[in-house]
Amino acid sequence: MFSKGTKRKFSDGDEEISAESLVGARVASSYSLQRQSLLDMSLIKLQLCHMLVEPNLCRSVLIANTVRQIQEEMTHDGSWHMVTEAFCNPGQSPSERLVATEVLCRSREQDAEPKLFSVISYEGCREEEVVADETLCSVSVSDTVSDVCLAGRMGQCWEKSELSGVERDEEALEDSSLGSGEDEEIDTEDEASTKSPKTTGQVFGTFEIKNGSPGPDSALEELFSDVDTSYYDLDTMLTGMQSAPKMGPYDLLDSLAPSHSSPTIVSTPKCRSDLNELDHIMEIIVGS
Amino acid sequence: MGEDGENTKINHSFLRDYVTEADVISTVEFNQTGDLLATGDKGGRVVIFQRETESKGESEELGESGEYNVYSTFQSHEPDFDYLKSLEIEEKINKIRWLPQQNAAHFLLSTNDKTIKLWKVSERDKRPEGYNLKDEEGRIKDISTVTSLRVPVLKPTDLMVEVRPRRIFANGHTYHVNSISVNSDGETYLSADDLRVNMWHLDITDRSFNIVDIKPANMEDLTEVITAAEFHPQHCHLFVYSSSKGTLRLCDMRDSALCDKHSKIFEEPEDPGNRSFFSEIISSVSDVKFSHSGRYLLTRDYLTVKVWDLNMEKGPVETYQVHEYLRSKLCSLYENDCIFDKFECVWNSTDSVIMTGAYNSFFRMFDRETGRGVTLEAWRESSKPRAVLRTRRIYTGGRRRRGDVGVDSLDFTKKILHMAWHPAENIIAIAATNNLYIFQDRVNAENM
Repeated sequence: MFSKGTKRKFSDGDEEISAESLVGARVASSYSLQRQSLLDMSLIKLQLCHMLVEPNLCRSVLIANTVRQIQEEMTHDGSWHMVTEAFCNPGQSPSERLVATEVLCRSREQDAEPKLFSVISYEGCREEEVVADETLCSVSVSDTVSDVCLAGRMGQCWEKSELSGVERDEEALEDSSLGSGEDEEIDTEDEASTKSPKTTGQVFGTFEIKNGSPGPDSALEELFSDVDTSYYDLDTMLTGMQSAPKMGPYDLLDSLAPSHSSPTIVSTPKCRSDLNELDHIMEIIVGS
Repeated sequence: MGEDGENTKINHSFLRDYVTEADVISTVEFNQTGDLLATGDKGGRVVIFQRETESKGESEELGESGEYNVYSTFQSHEPDFDYLKSLEIEEKINKIRWLPQQNAAHFLLSTNDKTIKLWKVSERDKRPEGYNLKDEEGRIKDISTVTSLRVPVLKPTDLMVEVRPRRIFANGHTYHVNSISVNSDGETYLSADDLRVNMWHLDITDRSFNIVDIKPANMEDLTEVITAAEFHPQHCHLFVYSSSKGTLRLCDMRDSALCDKHSKIFEEPEDPGNRSFFSEIISSVSDVKFSHSGRYLLTRDYLTVKVWDLNMEKGPVETYQVHEYLRSKLCSLYENDCIFDKFECVWNSTDSVIMTGAYNSFFRMFDRETGRGVTLEAWRESSKPRAVLRTRRIYTGGRRRRGDVGVDSLDFTKKILHMAWHPAENIIAIAATNNLYIFQDRVNAENM
């Protein structure tokens, strides 16, 4: 793995020697900012090349591999954990969470009323898979189980939303994460069924803003103390590192989620059939 | 001489002979004798140049061998549309390869993303005259006006170059064809796309053999694509293909029908010190060429050219830095997509010098014996006809000389991707966007 303090290759040589005199945390966060920005850039590139009439397969594969690399590293770092944890603001009661959800899920013109607990899920996309139970939902905020919801989203999202829908997602993320004011892309809407990706985009936009928030809170730990995530972690380890995770970079386009493979593996058969559909869609996309 | 003193050995004086405006040139290739030079462009056209054989007086020593003039131009591919996928098929010519000459006519293969075509280029300098049934303009005569019979005779006429399509090899590729290579057996050739390599017989268009298939069962698992492929120059059963992960696989067609299992795999272990998120992208091989001897392989990745010995799989025997100063700029180059540019590389006739392109209209030559490299520029403004090519330098620190170019002032839109080296002499053809430069080695007696 990279030692954050010494990693320079990423930047354009902008990081001067003075960076070494910074506190380690600052260097680390600057590194993760750069890494995040690279991830965003890559995801946008991927979506752009899906828009092209004849996507250059080599370029797509190389970008996808880059995304995979970043995602793996962020998994090892636990940055994804931080990202998802950012949601479980310990001070919030469940109802507050719902309100937050509502705010987060509110978005584009076509969005229906925000679904409860859809903070991780895709708006309007497979209500049947929305975790209705509040308890489960709170569990869902943890990085692993949340991915179950995401996994469930995956196939359907591919089905419902067209590619440019996914792109909107990307742009939303990019906007929020980079904190820049570019919103021109978000407004151009083609597909009707792009609510969910956009929602998630906004959702993850919020993630980004909270990225720097402090680590786990004791109240949070308490809340989840009885949840045994070891199985999921093991799965993450095993599947995340082997081949391209089932929720690979193409899924990232959709979810912008940590692509722990575990949710895919432990998820319901419904998710599996979604993945088959995903494969099918992917085949069409890459023109096989 | 006025040249950079460090590189006298290979820094011959190159003269600019010919520059032409065309569409963006996408491929350049000499035929086996070097008398013909073919270029393909983005508009689907092929332009063939022929070398003038007459020397002007005693010009052999001065190197004033013939110039290249346009011999023929034809439209090879037209824009197409894939109705099934609702995708356009570009007419851009990706590669041209000449067949070895067997009779008076010349044959070449040209390919776009999907379809390979075999063209016959022939000359006609006579035409029959004196038909009985047709008049001078070719109109059918009224039979009642024919009173006697005569035998048509062949009369000399102005030279005409005819180009006709002889074979069309279609529907062999789902993905984009990136390479074609004619086999030394003279009967077959291979074509490679992102995921498959097919072998064709030159006479059979409705069938091809798939000899490599790296398409995964689940496209989501796809992490590697084929970037280039070539037959061995002497052994008709051997071919090599390169991948986007920087590996080369040598396959022997005698092993099995489907050469998914390589005979040899050439791979350089990653340098942990230089690792970054862009490591894989810059290791992707954009071009692979066998040496004329068949003993070595030349590969180009984003920052280097490497020479590999077929007998040694664990790493290249020589590595040359093309533009190492770009390593710190990889993020920007990734952003503007320049990191995906596919540069070609070529051997000279004796396999002693290798050449490849770079940015800012620069191209690089490396002398394998001394290990030294030189930077040259293909830019109309700075070279007049018969002018001597100036070596250039990129300023990367230290004492800055006049004429040095700073890294930040490099023009990344001016990229030299395609080039060719004459099979026998020191003549090079460089494609710089829509300009073709032909440089000839003006061998200077004193310099040698």
